[in-house]
Amino acid sequence: MSGAHEVLIGDLRAVVSADRVRAGETELGLYRRDASNLDGEPAVVVFPLSTEEVRQCVLAAVRHGVPFVARGSGTGLAGGAVPLDGAVVITLTKMDRVLSVDPVNRLAWVEPGVLNLDLTRQVAVHGLHFAPDPSSQQSCSIGGNVANNSGGPHCLADGVTAAHVIAAEVVLSDGSVVMLGDDAPLDDGLDLRGAFVGSEGMFGIATKVCVRLTQNPPAVRTMLMDFMSVDAGARTVSDIIAAGMVPAALEMMDKLCVQAVEGYIHAGLPLDAAAVLLVEVAGLPHGLESDVERIVTIGRGHGARTVRIAQDEAERALLWKGRKTAFGAIARIKPNYYLHDTVVPRRVLPQVLQQIYEIVDRHDLLVLNVFHAGDGNLHPLLVFDKREPGIMERVHAAGEEIVRASVAAGGVLSGEHGIGLEKRDFMPLMFGPADLAAQAAMRRAFDPFGLANPWKVLPSPAACGDVQHVPEGAWV
Amino acid sequence: MSSALEAFAAEVGAEGPVTIAGLSTRGGGVPGVRCVSAPSGLRWHQADEMTVCCGASTPVDELRAHLAVSGQTVALPGGGTVGGALAVGRSSWRRLGDGPVRDVLLQAEYVSSAGEVVKAGGPTVKNVSGFDLCRLLVGSRGALGFLGEVILRTRPLPAESRWFTTEADEPFGVFSRLYRPTSVLWDGLRVWALIEGHAADVREQSAGLDECDGPPPFPAERVAVRPSMVGAVRGAVSGRFVAEVGIGTVHLDDARALAAELTVVRDPRATELARSVKAEFDPTGRLNPGVDV
Repeated sequence: MSGAHEVLIGDLRAVVSADRVRAGETELGLYRRDASNLDGEPAVVVFPLSTEEVRQCVLAAVRHGVPFVARGSGTGLAGGAVPLDGAVVITLTKMDRVLSVDPVNRLAWVEPGVLNLDLTRQVAVHGLHFAPDPSSQQSCSIGGNVANNSGGPHCLADGVTAAHVIAAEVVLSDGSVVMLGDDAPLDDGLDLRGAFVGSEGMFGIATKVCVRLTQNPPAVRTMLMDFMSVDAGARTVSDIIAAGMVPAALEMMDKLCVQAVEGYIHAGLPLDAAAVLLVEVAGLPHGLESDVERIVTIGRGHGARTVRIAQDEAERALLWKGRKTAFGAIARIKPNYYLHDTVVPRRVLPQVLQQIYEIVDRHDLLVLNVFHAGDGNLHPLLVFDKREPGIMERVHAAGEEIVRASVAAGGVLSGEHGIGLEKRDFMPLMFGPADLAAQAAMRRAFDPFGLANPWKVLPSPAACGDVQHVPEGAWV
Repeated sequence: MSSALEAFAAEVGAEGPVTIAGLSTRGGGVPGVRCVSAPSGLRWHQADEMTVCCGASTPVDELRAHLAVSGQTVALPGGGTVGGALAVGRSSWRRLGDGPVRDVLLQAEYVSSAGEVVKAGGPTVKNVSGFDLCRLLVGSRGALGFLGEVILRTRPLPAESRWFTTEADEPFGVFSRLYRPTSVLWDGLRVWALIEGHAADVREQSAGLDECDGPPPFPAERVAVRPSMVGAVRGAVSGRFVAEVGIGTVHLDDARALAAELTVVRDPRATELARSVKAEFDPTGRLNPGVDV
């Protein structure tokens, strides 16, 4: 341990009690990474309990010229919380209180460490929920949702996190505390709240968040349709939207995924189908029944073989279990997976899926597709055994080709996982130098020191304001 | 990039004060400053993607008329241009159901203070690639860049759309029992609700309410109060008001007529931060000079 490192730890222990400043080998090992395949190098991990403690930790890091990385549950998939360059990891998991709930106006103030599903459970008594529902909702934190502008299956109708966060108290890198947005509708002036959501920890650290809660629908119908071609399933999706319906969720699984899931949950899914659509409609009873009827007609028009409408809550839960446990089910095929996240216009879903199959074949890999078809948000899941020599190179090569194919088809780099480190160097596929310079200007306004989670999102030279040096081995 | 956009960038140029105006329904450009206007016209509409692309000078009402043919609309306040509605960023009284204006913009190509065309956001309905510059542009009143061409999220037109009213000396009773109404308004004496959707659902939701032609007339000015304080507005204002229940926007003839303790203002540190953003985007202050962020 260097002298400077010891002084940093001493300074942090002066502002946060010693048991919440951890620099042992085990802790540092645990906080080297998030849920991505990327590795970093933290200097120290701190667990503040209050806005003031967060502020003091930030000030200590900045005084030492050391980057700081805010972290929630570490479920991010793009390496956004991977600490580079001997960063101070500021873990918000102990700031996990729901501070207030206004059930009438459907708002709640929460600390960033509150888990997504815990919030929904706490407000269920009022007939409300927090709409963003990423697959990790049992373990991901609201602070992480804000940082990544997280989505989930039900964001098709209700929008991603940015639509559900109306204010955030934020600690900036100069140690000031600022309220971005408000629970009152301050329309005038720059929407700094909107700019902050999805900034991947690079603008500051949210210490309190005001979220909008959503009324639970009076009625829900969940149905499963299966098709003999991916194309027929995708056309059904497009036609549902074009007919003026926005289902609560519109999810698709391809053949290999259905087989993996069925072997795991035994829900009676059709093993020979090329694609299975899970459609959920929610709302008032008459509109809902009319939508169900129209959706079934559209599906049958595209050759849906069977239409299974959940008859009760138990069957609905079973159908969703198939969707939500897909990632667990793949362990039956291979021990490791790499999950991608791109968005393409709905109408090109069949072509892009076909390209993905070809790319994966060419690299001699396996892919399962389980994704948010309603908004064109693809999640190709490459499955592999990392003990196989040379496999990681093939996985990354295929992944890169998938990202390129998605953007070339008029799509975007990420629908809900963010850019982080994983896709940072793909940003020029979507943005030119002037576009990236504008994003770098946003960051400079919030963090002129370039110490808040540096070297993420923006490729150099757009990130030239950030502290220099990326450690060896930071990349897969 | 379209040639109209290139010509617009050339017109904005890289030097000297410049302002922008559309139909001037929201105040128009900065007086006494060279004035430009953005490209106009619909580029494309993809109904099955629920997206539409148009020049920023396209009138909102013209865009809506076009979308209505495919049973869709766009959640921007009517009147004026698309660019004006976005740049001013004020949501209409439909915000409760439609969401705020800032959620409508998916991609913007704007002309920067350096006279360059810059792209923010992406063309798909879901996108978290990079920082959300689109949200910063909405409500920026042309101080960060001039909107040239935009891609907007569309939404389906409701099958049925009807206004109802009832006497109410508090605002929350009707609001609490409705499922996702599009608007609930209160003037201290009556509540109005806009209920949309399937005809039979609208009928059932409106039980106990009287159908009416529309909302009350909106006074010209507006202030923001915390949504939980909307009920207190009646005792804190002299003169007529219309409050958006569940949101907190209060429309009144004179914003100063509302008791100061109910009015919410922005954190001064946020204003400083907004000015830092402005300084980064327009270091010489040439875009819409004098407009504060």
